[in-house]
Amino acid sequence: MDSALIPKGVKRCPAWQFIMWIGANGAVLTWGVFALLLVYFKGLNQTNMNNAYGFALWIWADLAVIALGGGAFFTGFLRYIVGKDELKNIINYAVLIGFICYSSALMILGFDIGQPLRGWFIFWHANVHSMLTEVAFCLTAYFGVLAIEYAPLVFENRMIKKVPFFHNLSHNMHEIMAVFAATGAFLSFFHQGSLGGVPGVLFGRPFGFREGVLVWPWTFFLFTWSAAAAGPCFTILITKITEAVTRKKLVKDNVIDLLAKISGWMLFFYIIAKIGDTLYWANVTAPSKGSTFMDFYTSSSGSAYGLWILFAEIGVCGVLPALILIIPKLRKTQATLWLAVILAVIGLCLNRWVMVLQVLAIPVLTFESWFTYFPSWQEIATTILPVAYGVIMISTSYRYLPIFPQERELNPIDEPAAPPEVAESEPEPTDAGPEPELSPAES
Amino acid sequence: MFPFNFEWIWDAGHIVFHGGLWYALTILGLGITYCIIKAALDAAKGKGSQHH
Repeated sequence: MDSALIPKGVKRCPAWQFIMWIGANGAVLTWGVFALLLVYFKGLNQTNMNNAYGFALWIWADLAVIALGGGAFFTGFLRYIVGKDELKNIINYAVLIGFICYSSALMILGFDIGQPLRGWFIFWHANVHSMLTEVAFCLTAYFGVLAIEYAPLVFENRMIKKVPFFHNLSHNMHEIMAVFAATGAFLSFFHQGSLGGVPGVLFGRPFGFREGVLVWPWTFFLFTWSAAAAGPCFTILITKITEAVTRKKLVKDNVIDLLAKISGWMLFFYIIAKIGDTLYWANVTAPSKGSTFMDFYTSSSGSAYGLWILFAEIGVCGVLPALILIIPKLRKTQATLWLAVILAVIGLCLNRWVMVLQVLAIPVLTFESWFTYFPSWQEIATTILPVAYGVIMISTSYRYLPIFPQERELNPIDEPAAPPEVAESEPEPTDAGPEPELSPAES
Repeated sequence: MFPFNFEWIWDAGHIVFHGGLWYALTILGLGITYCIIKAALDAAKGKGSQHH
């Protein structure tokens, strides 16, 4: 039914199976949209947010997907600026994942602001003393970069590239992609950092407050660093999941190994910096604000505020994956590679939860107590919405676009010899690029 | 957002924040405009056409 749209030389599931898959995810998406509309029309009383949890589940999801989408900017930086050529075989997928993450983040912000009709105020009447203004600027502009990076892939669809304008446009965009990638790295550095700067400047909340350099608290740099370190782990994780679902090898091991190695060393040095930051905060910064380290944790069993969360974030989900990824033998073993990328992703999500949500919930006044929070079903549905959207985007892109340049080589299929008249009906378009036998996205 | 907005002040905050935004938007805008114009000119010359 849709075989004319599927890239040449690759095998895809039957159309009915694809439609069923999209339909199942579409049902989840519809559930999320219904909850979103409830929040839009009835307001934030649809949530379980309270005075301690003014930032709730979807803001955690927002920060988590922004950080996990950091794989796009860092892989792009390595590919186009540093010149790691092997990464050309995974950059398309990193861009797609980044595009999904950032569009989801903007969508979440769209229903979080409560007054969507005034969303443009943050640009027009910008408060230049707010880190979140900088986040809004860079997030929106970087989403534009990701759209520009994703567009050539769409133009490489078998039918769309038959139109000379789109074929040339795709080629031209690839030619100057380094300019867009550099702009994206610049924007990402600042918005990832400013998201970390938000808890870092809260001097009334000593759990989050940090010293720093000029106007930037240390959390500014730690957030950017952690996104660059664990973002590529998320790209590897999604690639591995895609390979498991499609039962195909899509990216060669040397590509995954290189990205995992770089990610591992980034994570290793990040976690050293994080441990240093935690020790300095516990021994110097917090006491200078009148708090002790144990004021921020409870010893009651089963509490979400126990010390376990610190050990889980830094030890189990920080030190352990870093060590696995920097030791070649462990990195090359599939089971430990899976473990490392999963732990790194969980660690990043945990860090965002602690630094954005718990920071506001920990009592700072003598008459305050430990607050609890459990999200309403509307919050859960709107948080799951981006997951369903991401699955649909990945499935559709995988089916119709040349996302994985190595797929044909790794999964050769025995095609029957086409009769001459059929073979001549779809000649390869002419191309001024360096590798005429490949499309721009592949070359 | 613009110097002609009533709340605009010529201070470091406005210049750095909005300067960074307009710098990035200008690069993206010029880059994509270049690609579109070049693609249109190339297509007019028959480049990228299947019929060669």
